[in-house]
Amino acid sequence: MENNMIITTEKLTKRFPMGKTEFTALKGIDLKLGMGEFAGLIGPSGSGKTTLLNIVGSLDTPTEGKALVLNQSIGNLNAKQAARLRKEQLGFIFQSYNLLQVHTVFENVEFPLLLLKYSTTERKKMVMDALDWVGLTDKAKQKPSQLSGGECQRVAIARAMVKKPSLVLADEPTANLDAANSHNILQTMEKLNQELKTTFLFATHDEKVIGYLKRKIFLKDGMLDKDEIL
Amino acid sequence: MIRFLIKGLLRDRSRSLLPLIVVAIGVMLAVFMRGYINGLVVDLIELTARFSSGHVKVMTKAYSDNIDQIPNDLSILDASKLKKELETAYPDMSWVNRIKFGGLIDVPDENGETRSQGSAIGFGIDLFSENTEEIENLNLQKSLVRGKIPNKPNEVLLSEKFSQKLKVNPGERVTLISSTMFGGMAIYNFTVAGTVRFGTEGLDRGTIIADITDVQMALDMPDAAGEILGFFKSGYYSDEGAEPVLAKFEQDFSNSEDEYAPVMLRLRDQEGMGLYVDLANSMSCIVTLIFMIAMSLVLWNAGLLGGLRRYGEIGIRIAIGEEKRHIYSSMIIESMAIGIIGTIVGTGIGLTFSWLMQTYGLDISEFTQGQTSGIMMPNVVKARITPPDFYIGFIPGAISTVAGTMLSGIGIFKRKTAQLFKELEA
Repeated sequence: MENNMIITTEKLTKRFPMGKTEFTALKGIDLKLGMGEFAGLIGPSGSGKTTLLNIVGSLDTPTEGKALVLNQSIGNLNAKQAARLRKEQLGFIFQSYNLLQVHTVFENVEFPLLLLKYSTTERKKMVMDALDWVGLTDKAKQKPSQLSGGECQRVAIARAMVKKPSLVLADEPTANLDAANSHNILQTMEKLNQELKTTFLFATHDEKVIGYLKRKIFLKDGMLDKDEIL
Repeated sequence: MIRFLIKGLLRDRSRSLLPLIVVAIGVMLAVFMRGYINGLVVDLIELTARFSSGHVKVMTKAYSDNIDQIPNDLSILDASKLKKELETAYPDMSWVNRIKFGGLIDVPDENGETRSQGSAIGFGIDLFSENTEEIENLNLQKSLVRGKIPNKPNEVLLSEKFSQKLKVNPGERVTLISSTMFGGMAIYNFTVAGTVRFGTEGLDRGTIIADITDVQMALDMPDAAGEILGFFKSGYYSDEGAEPVLAKFEQDFSNSEDEYAPVMLRLRDQEGMGLYVDLANSMSCIVTLIFMIAMSLVLWNAGLLGGLRRYGEIGIRIAIGEEKRHIYSSMIIESMAIGIIGTIVGTGIGLTFSWLMQTYGLDISEFTQGQTSGIMMPNVVKARITPPDFYIGFIPGAISTVAGTMLSGIGIFKRKTAQLFKELEA
C-alpha cells in the first residue's frame, strides 16, 4: 500500500515568520494520497491549501514533520534535487495560466521537454499528442494572446501533462474561467486522470471543481478537517 | 534550449530591442561626451600653444631666463639656419620663427602730429611664405573683422578693440615706436591692412601682428628670432611626444656654458602650463568618470528593471523544473549579449558623431562674436577621438547592464521558491 502512495505527510507543520511572531499555516497535517487519485484540498482563504500544495510541489519546505512525495522527502531535498523532482515527476496548473506570452502554443508545451532533453522528433510527437488530449492541435502555431481564457488553460494543462508526470498540482485552475470553460477544463483533466492514470491534486474552493473530485480533503485553519472519499 | 531562449529574446522586444536601444544610446552619449570634452580641453591648451608656447619652444638660454621681459637683445641669431637644422632633426614637427615685441603705436594726423597713441604687444610671424601655417595657427582668417590679411611688406593687423581705441581704420598708417635689438630707438611705419578680434581680453586690448621680416627690419634683427616654436604634426601636445624631442635636443644642441646656446622648453614647462596640462588631463578624467558613473547607473537600472520584470517568467520556469542556476546564467548570457551588441552599436554611433565633430567641428564663432573674456576660446569646437574611446563604452554598456541583471537575478536565489511562485500569481 505504501508503495502506491504518491504523497505522504506526517505531522506536517509550516510556520511563517510575521515580524517578531510566527504564523502557523499548517498544523500537523497527516495525509496520504494514492496513485491515480483525483483529489482536492478544499477550504477558505487562509486554510493552508496553497501552502500544502507548495510543499507537495517542492516549492517550499516543511518547518516540522514529514512530507514524502514520490518517495522523496521534501524537507531533505536540495534546490537541485527539488528542481529535478518538479522537472521529471510534477506538473503545475496555475490560476492565471502563466503561459510564456512570446512563445507559441507548441513552444509553451514543448518547454518542459526541452528541460528533459528529448530529441526534436520525440518532442514534436509528444507535444502534438498533448495538444490532441486538450483539443488544440489546430492552435499549435498561435500565441497565447490569440487564444481565449479556456484555451489558454487547456494549453497549460497540455504543458503540465506533456511529460506524463506522476502528479499534477492545480491551484484554483478555474478561478479565471466561466462555467462552460470550467466544465470543459475539468472534463479534460478527468479524462486524462482516467486514461493516463495521472494523480491530480487541486487546491480550490470552487463548487464546480469540487463537483468533479473523487476525494475531498477539507482544511480549516491549517488543520485537516474532513477527508471524504467518494 | 538555446534556440528557445533566442526565440524568446528576439520576439520579446521589451527584453531585446528596448534594452539594446537604451544601452546603445547610453554608450553613444558616453563615447561622444568623452570625445567632445577631450577635444574641448585639448583645444584650450592648443590655443595657447599656437599663440604663445608652441608644443616646444626654442630660445637662447639667456632669453629663456628673462622671457617675461621679452628680451629681443638676447634673440637667436642665424635663426633660419637653426630652424632648418630643427626641421632636419625633427621631420615629424613643423617649426616657425617668431618675434614677440612691445612698443608704442602712434597714429599721426594729416600733419604728421600724434593723433592717438597706445602701447601694444606685437607678434612678428611668417605671413608671406607660400606654405605658411601661421595664419591658421593664429586663426587670423576667421578672426578678421575689417580689411584683409597683410599680403605686402609693411602691412599689419591690429586688434579691433585697439584700432577703435586709436581711431584708426584699415588703409591708414601707424608708427611703431620700440627699441632695436641693440638698444637703439626703433621707429617704423606700417599700413593697417585689417583688424582682428580674438575674443580674449589680453590679445584684444592691444595687439599688432606683422610679417616677421618687417619686424626684423623694424627692430634691426636681421635673420634673428626671439623664439622658434615647434608643433607636432598630429596637431596635439603630449608629454609622451615632447619628452624624446627634448632629450634629443639636449643631446644635440645643449651647451651649458654658452648663455646664447639654444634651449628647449616643452609646453608644460612654460607659463605654468604644466598645471593646466595636468588639470586638463584630470578634468577630462573626472568629467568622463562622472558621465560614466551616471550612464552606468542608468544602464544598471535598466538591467535591474529588465530582470525584475521577468520574475513572472522565472516563476514559471522554476515551477516547470528549470534550475535556478540555469535561469540565472541564461539571464546573464542574455544581458551580456545585449550589453555587448548595444555597446558595439553605441560605440560605433558615438565614434561617428565624434569623428564628424573632430573633422568638421562646431563653429561657435557666431555665439562668441563681440564677446570678450579672459579665457582664450577656440572659434571651432572640435571633438578628439583617442584610443580609450573605442573601449570606454564597455564599462557602462556591457559591465553595468550585466551587473544590473546579476543584481536583480540574485533575487532568484534570495527569495524562497514559493515566494517567487506567489509573485508569479500576483
